[in-house]
This record gives sequence, C-alpha cells and structure tokens, in this order.
Amino acid sequence: MASNATEYIQHHLTFWKSSHEGGFWTLHLDTFSVSLILGFIFLAVFASVARNAKMENPGRLQMFIETIVEMVDTQVKEIFHAKSKVIAPLALTIFVWIFLMNTMDLLPVDLVPMAAQWVGYTFFGADPHHTYFRVVPSADVNATFAMSLSVMLCIIGFSISAKGLGGWIKELFTAPFHAEGLVMSIILAPVNFAFQLVELAAKPISLALRLFGNMYSGELIFILIALLPVAFQWILGAPWAIFHILVITLQAFVFMMLTIVYLSLAVEKH
Amino acid sequence: MEFNATLLGQAITFAILVWFTMKFVWPPLTNMMDERAKRIADGLAAAERGKQDLEAAEKRVADELRQAKQQATELILAAEKRANQIVDEAKDAARTEGAKLVADAKAQIDQEVLRAKESLREQVASLAVNGAEKILRKEIDAAKHADLLASIKAEF
Repeated sequence: MASNATEYIQHHLTFWKSSHEGGFWTLHLDTFSVSLILGFIFLAVFASVARNAKMENPGRLQMFIETIVEMVDTQVKEIFHAKSKVIAPLALTIFVWIFLMNTMDLLPVDLVPMAAQWVGYTFFGADPHHTYFRVVPSADVNATFAMSLSVMLCIIGFSISAKGLGGWIKELFTAPFHAEGLVMSIILAPVNFAFQLVELAAKPISLALRLFGNMYSGELIFILIALLPVAFQWILGAPWAIFHILVITLQAFVFMMLTIVYLSLAVEKH
Repeated sequence: MEFNATLLGQAITFAILVWFTMKFVWPPLTNMMDERAKRIADGLAAAERGKQDLEAAEKRVADELRQAKQQATELILAAEKRANQIVDEAKDAARTEGAKLVADAKAQIDQEVLRAKESLREQVASLAVNGAEKILRKEIDAAKHADLLASIKAEF
C-alpha cells in the first residue's frame, strides 16, 4: 500500500464523472447521486413525520424531528425579524441536508468506493482502477457552491423584495459610505459599489469554502489514516472520527446560522 | 477544485428540497407545535382557574361553616336563657302558689280557732250559767233575775 500511496490517495480524490473528457457539462455522478439520495431521505423522513404528527403523545422520531425544527425556528426568530415563509424551511433544509452529506464522512473511507468498484466490475465489467466514487458530497466544491450561490440569490431577492429594485440599486452605490453633497456622492459611488460587490461575493465564497475546506480536510485525513498499518488505524481513526462528529454538526449549524444572518442583513436597512 | 454542471444540478436539487420543505414539512409541523403550545397554555390557565375556584369555594364553605356555628351558638344561648326564664317563672309561680296555700291554711286555721273559741265560750258560758243556776237555784228565781242572767250571758 505504501508504495502506491499517492495513487491510492489520488484514486480516492477523483470523482465519478459522467464523461472522461471533462469540460463544463461533466457531472459528478457520485456527488449528485449521494446528495440526491440523502435529500430524499431527509424529505421522506420529515414529510412522513409532518404528515403523521400527533399533537398528543408523540413518538420518539417525532420528538427528535420536533427538536430540530424547534432549534431552527428559535434561531430564525432570534435573528431574522422580518416576516418570511421561506427562510425557516430554507434554514432547516440547509442544516439537515448538509449534516447528512457531512455524515458520509464517517463511513469507512474504502467502504463505498470498494462497493462501487465491485458493482461496476461485476455487473458492468468496468475496470476497478478507473471506477471512482467520492461519497462525501460536501467535500465537492460544486455542492457547497451550489448552496452558497443559491443563498446569494436569496440575499439579492430578499434585498429587492424588502427595499424595492430601486432601493437596492441605490444602496449599492450609497452604502457603506454616506456622503452629504452631490459631488461627494458621485465620488463615493464607485467606492461603495466596489465594497458592496466584494461584500456580496465574499458571502457565498466564505460559506462554500468553509464547508468545503472542513470536509475535504476531514476526508483527506481519514484517507491518510487508512494508509497506516491496519492494527494502528484505530489509534488515530477513532479520535478523529469522534472529533469529526462535532465538526460535521458544527459546520452544518454554521452554514445555517450564517445564511440566516446574511438574509436578515439583506432585509434590514443600512 | 473543478467547477462544472454538477453545481447546477446541486442547485436544482437544493431548490427542490427547499420548496418541498416549505410546502409539506415546515407548515404542518410548526402549526401542530404552535397548536400544542396553545393547548398546553390553555390547559395550564384552566388549571389555574380551577385552583382559584376551589380556593374561593373553600373560603365560602369556611364562611358558611363559621356562620352556622355562630347561629348554633346564638340558638343555644337563647334556649338557655329561655330555660332559665321558664325555671324562674315556675319558681315564682310555685312561690306564689305556696304562699297562697299557706295563707289559705292560716285563714282556715284562724277560722277553726275562732269557731273553737266560740263554741268553747258558749260551752263555758252555758257551764257557768248551769253552775250558777245550780248554785243560785235555791236563792234566785229565774224569772226574777232573767235580765241579770241575760247580761251575764252576754258578757261571756
């Protein structure tokens, strides 16, 4: 194993692509399918609990779901003071979906790739050396940026619906530096616009890269631990996995909280 | 880091998830939870009200009990007073009756004594007259001394 460690790591860090040539229209089938399945699990569990929710004498699953909903609801109510039907479900979806995607990091690093290789080789006659499967969708920039850019669109949408299109555009040029006279306003307009653009761009980038960085490094460390002799893997693997339980929850929570904060900033006047 | 169409696919998935959550997950759950919170609050309020009612009822019961006790005490006092009064009246009646009886008896006794005296006097008078008659028979003529004899008789 040690002789071809680089190859092993690289194999683990390669996506299962829909085409080998690459290019923009290539899909990462592993990221896409795993996140889709997790999304459906999330929806199925939550929707069935919501459909069968009992007011009296709720079951354990319902209480668990209610705890999560309550937590999200409390955070939203504390931070976001305007009225919105979207933000709370959005926050809940972000939290649970990211948590589920991050949880994939706790699966043994070789389990799903080997299963994919076996299935590919047995049923489709695929070459195991060229069958790739990365099981943690949140360690894929596409997944994290898909969410953070959607959040950015929500930020813009919330801003426009709160201040009107004209109000939003006006704010792009008049904040954060307020000027008194017309001349100063014109001078400050490009500066303000640059600041606003940076601010607008920094939000999705920081959201996405924070989650991606945490998950990617976590995955990489699991892979490196897997390179150790089998007898010693647990010495590092167990503490890292236990620590990672905290990390995956925290990252999901942070993404959710920052989304709520950004959206509440978007509807408030500067 | 390579960006490609996966991003679009993920964004679409994300949008669908959010839409579904907004439509079918969030509203029923939060509505149910709000309703439950309201029901619990109502229940607690009702319990509080019940407790207050109970307290009021207990207070009323205590009041009425006290009133009843007071009434009973008053009744007993009145009854005692009345009993004393009756006893006094009876005593008075007995006393007057007794006095009357004694007076009657005294009057009767006086009368008897008077009568006894009268008869005694008459007997003594007749005895004396008889005695005097016997003594004087020889010397005094009854017819001669009739007025004398009558005056003596009257003196007795």
